[in-house]
Formats: sequence, structure tokens, C-alpha cells
Amino acid sequence: MTKAYLSIENVGKTFTRGAATTEVLRGVSLDVARGEYVSIIGHSGCGKSTLLNLIAGLTEVTTGGIFLDNAAVQGPGPERAVVFQNHSLLPWLTAYENVKLAVDKVFSGKKSKGERHDWTMRNLELVHMAHAKDKRPAEISGGMKQRIGIARALAMEPKVLLLDEPFGALDALTRAHLQDQVMQIHATLGNTVIMITHDVDEAVLLSDRIVMMTNGPSARIGEVLGVPLERPRHRLELASDPTTIRCRSAVLKFLYERNRFVEAA
Amino acid sequence: MPSPALKSVPSTAKPAGSTQASVVALPVKPAPRPARLQPLLAHAGERLLPPTLVLALILFIWEIACSSPGASLPPPSQVLTDSWELIAHPFYDNGGIDKGLGWHLLASLQRVAVGYAIAAVVGVALGVLVGQSTWAMRGLDPLFQVLRTVPPLAWLPLSLAAFRDGEPSAIFVIFITSVWPVIINTAVGIRNIPADYVNVAKVLRLNGLEYFAKIMIPAAAPYIFTGLRIGVGLSWLAIVAAEMLIGGVGIGFFIWDAWNSSLISDIIVALVYVGLTGFVLDRMVAGVASLVTRGTANS
Ligand SMILES: Nc1ncnc2c1ncn2[C@@H]1O[C@H](COP(=O)(O)OP(=O)(O)OP(=O)(O)O)[C@@H](O)[C@H]1O
Ligand SMILES: [Mg+2]
Repeated sequence: MTKAYLSIENVGKTFTRGAATTEVLRGVSLDVARGEYVSIIGHSGCGKSTLLNLIAGLTEVTTGGIFLDNAAVQGPGPERAVVFQNHSLLPWLTAYENVKLAVDKVFSGKKSKGERHDWTMRNLELVHMAHAKDKRPAEISGGMKQRIGIARALAMEPKVLLLDEPFGALDALTRAHLQDQVMQIHATLGNTVIMITHDVDEAVLLSDRIVMMTNGPSARIGEVLGVPLERPRHRLELASDPTTIRCRSAVLKFLYERNRFVEAA
Repeated sequence: MPSPALKSVPSTAKPAGSTQASVVALPVKPAPRPARLQPLLAHAGERLLPPTLVLALILFIWEIACSSPGASLPPPSQVLTDSWELIAHPFYDNGGIDKGLGWHLLASLQRVAVGYAIAAVVGVALGVLVGQSTWAMRGLDPLFQVLRTVPPLAWLPLSLAAFRDGEPSAIFVIFITSVWPVIINTAVGIRNIPADYVNVAKVLRLNGLEYFAKIMIPAAAPYIFTGLRIGVGLSWLAIVAAEMLIGGVGIGFFIWDAWNSSLISDIIVALVYVGLTGFVLDRMVAGVASLVTRGTANS
């Protein structure tokens, strides 16, 4: 039996603190093909970050298993690079040093010093941040920080790129700009991407499939929607496209009719 | 966690912030000289004028108050004439303990340097241990909380008994006085490392040593330097007191000796030197702190 490239099999997660237990996820199964762009959408607190952290290996599954490229996921590692919800750049390092830290660690035996420098610069160029390479995080805007975070993750040459609301804290214009850049990078490099988002338009524009999660506790995958739109995609042309509109309303229906947000019990 | 350590943290955050501001201001286009010099002078005037005025006022009041024949303390003018020898020749050496104030200060500073250096290394190491491990924290924290309230001089008889010599005893008193704030602040800093940085380290699979050098120390640096800065102030407080009891060359014993010889003017001059030295020590640590932690405090 061959597994999918990334295979999430009947995963459950229960947090235990003392006597109190919270079942956050139950019976989550998902197959992701190589090069696929999958978005996870769901109301706040349903367990999206928890699922992403399980794939990243930052937390351990309670039940079930996760397999990447036929190997069980055990603990975090650079082949599953994460772009965190709030950039999480190290503030005492410059943009260049933040990316270089990852490059030096991941390619320590495989690339020479010069090659590691070139690779760092190449990834900064990929997100159009080479000009700010000597700036510290405190000196650059939120959008720029997020781009450095993406460059750091890409520089690890991950098998799967995990994005936790990468554009959540950005204004609409910057967000659109970064979405275009991510689409371009995905087209060039063909990464496998799993992205968490709150934004229906973003999910439709970027994804091959949209995974919709039910409300927690014990959240599950409620529905998976394929987005059969040709790439490359252009946001202006797609705005009035009938497929886009159909996908958007399907997601909106799921979120606001069948799984209305309930105040956390 | 102990509140004193937490409370003092913003004090390091500020210097770091202000350095950044001046760094940003640097690359201004070089304007013609006189135009640039003038605001600089005006700025210096603004900063220097108030303290100069206050100092003059205090000296004036002191002069008036102590000029009457029955005054127990000498007025500033008399301090100048009485102790001119001391002020003019800080580095004379007549053998024994009859040396200039500069030599006494140097001797004290040497002891502080040794004791404080040991305190910094041991303090950071213990702080990392306590901050890292919940077990070490539970076991050691109560002990630290009790020991740190023991006044520095209370350690002196015990250390004299243990070392049977003045020099190591003085150094031990410096160490034991300044080590607590370093331990406690380092531990708080380690405990406050954001989970995000830890996650980054995990994804990169940094090993223990890499994590220590590349994440832990830089992330905790503002806290560590807050502890070091409190520590250097305390150690200067402790050395002067300890030397009074131990004797030998050192600013503390100089003051005690002057008191025994009723040279009140010499005491006053020595106090000025002690204060200025303490101020310089504090500024030095603060300077190193803002140099090392630039960028760390604000993310
Ligand atoms: N370490 C933990 N211990 C206990 N409960 C946790 C833990 N981490 C997360 N939870 C709970 O799991 C639930 C899901 O959290 P999660 O962060 O995955 O939500 P999310 O979908 O990412 O929300 P958001 O969109 O706001 O980021 C929440 O109710 C949260 O309280
Ligand atoms: Mg989340």
C-alpha cells in the first residue's frame, strides 16, 4: 500500500493539564499530494494551529499518525518548515542572519560557506527582501518581517511548508501583494504547502483544495472543497469568475450556516 | 517569581531603545560645521546646566551652614585647603598604606573586578540552571530568596573564619553580594523566552550548545544585564564597608583611617571619589548592556 505524500491518518489530540482534559481534534484524516496547496479554514479556536503543530511535530498526536514521504513524523524538523502566526524572527539578528541561521544549520555538511551565503541571498531575493538584508526585525514593517519568515522557511528546502495565518496581521494591500508573491513562489518551486487562514478569498485564490473544520471542541474536518481554477491565477480576472464565486459561497455557507461560530463553551 | 527582578527589567529596555534612536540619527548628511556644532552645544548646555546649578547651590548652602566657628563639619572651602594634597596628588606613594587616593581606589576596584567577575559567571550559570529546570527552580529558589536578604557585612566574619585572610574574604563578600540579582534576573529571563523562539530552535533541530549560544543567551540578555547592573552597584556598596573592617590598602579602609585620625576633610574627598567611581561602574555596565542587547529589547 502506498501512502499519499503527506498522510494524516485518523489523528486525535487531547490536551491534559492536571485533571482537566480537552479534546481539541478527533478523527482527522487528510491526504495531500506532492506540490499541492491546501488551505485549512475554520473558526477561531477550532484547532487549526493545533493541527499544524502536529504536522510540524511540535506537539505529539494523542491518537492516529502522520506520515510524510512514507516516514512517520516524529518531532520537529526542517523538512517541515513552519511560518508562525507572528513571524517569530529573532530580534537580535538581522534579516540576513535570521535566514543564514537556518541555512547554516540545515546545510552544514552539504554546502560550502560561499554556497550557504549564496543560498541565503537567493531566498531573500525570492521574497524581494535582499535590499533589507542588514535590517533588524524592529526596523522593518510587518509585511517585510513575514516575508523574511517565509524566506527562512523556504531556505530549509522543506518537503512541506506549513503556514499559520501568514498574512493575518497585515493590511489588505500588503496581504494581496504577499499572496501574489507566494503564488509565484509556489509556481516556481512547486512546494507542498499547508496554509491556515481566516480569509475565504485568500483560501480560494491560493489553494488547490480547501479543508473546512468544524467548531471545537473535538473538531473534525467537515468538508473538503476542490478549487478547479487554472494557474497562474490573477486576482482581478478571478473576482467575477463563476467557479470562484461558487467556491466562495460554498465555504461561506459552511462557515456561517452549518457551523456558525459559537462562543467558546 | 520575585517581583524586584521583574520590576527592574524595563530599566534595561530603555537604554537599548535610546541607543537605537541615536543609531538612527547618525547617518544624517554632514551639514556645514558651525550649523552642526551649535545645536550640539545647545544640547550639552541643556543637559549640563541644571546639575551644575544645583551643585553650586548645594555647595553654597553647605559653605554658609558650616562656616560658623562651632560647626562640626568643615565647609567646602576648608575641605579644599585641608585636603589639597590628596586632591592634587592622587598617585603619591609613601609606602605602607600612606598612598594617594588613586591607589586606594585601584586596590578596591581590583577586588571588585575579581569578585564581580566570579559572581557574573556563577550567577549566569546558576540562573540558567534555575530558569531551565523546574526541579532546580523548586529546590534552589527558596534558598536564594532567603540568602539574598542577608546583609553583605554579615557574611564577613564567616568568610574570615573560612579563608583566614582579608583579601579572599573581601572578594567573597563582593561575590556573595552581587551574585543574587544576577541569578534571579537570569532565571527570569530564561523563563520568559518566548515559545516562538523555542519552536524555531526545535524546527531547526539546534543542539543544546547551539540553543544556549544562539537563542537562550541573546534572548535573556536584557534580563541578565539588568541583574549585572544591580550587582555591580551592590558590590561597590559592599567593598567599601568590608574594607573598613579588613584594613590594608583600599578606599574603605582609607575612610576608616581618616575617621580615626579625625581628618574629616579627607573623608569628604574620599566620599566624592567613591560616589563618582560607583557612578562610572554603573554607566560602564549599562553601556556594555546597550551595546550587547541592541535590538533584543524591542521586537
Ligand atoms: N497547550 C494547550 N493546552 C491546552 N489547551 C490547548 C493548548 N493549545 C491549544 N489548546 C486549545 O485548543 C483549542 C484550539 O487551539 P488552536 O490554537 O489550535 O486554535 P486555532 O484554530 O488555531 O485558533 P486561531 O484561529 O484563533 O489561531 C483552543 O480551545 C485552545 O484553548
Ligand atoms: Mg491559530
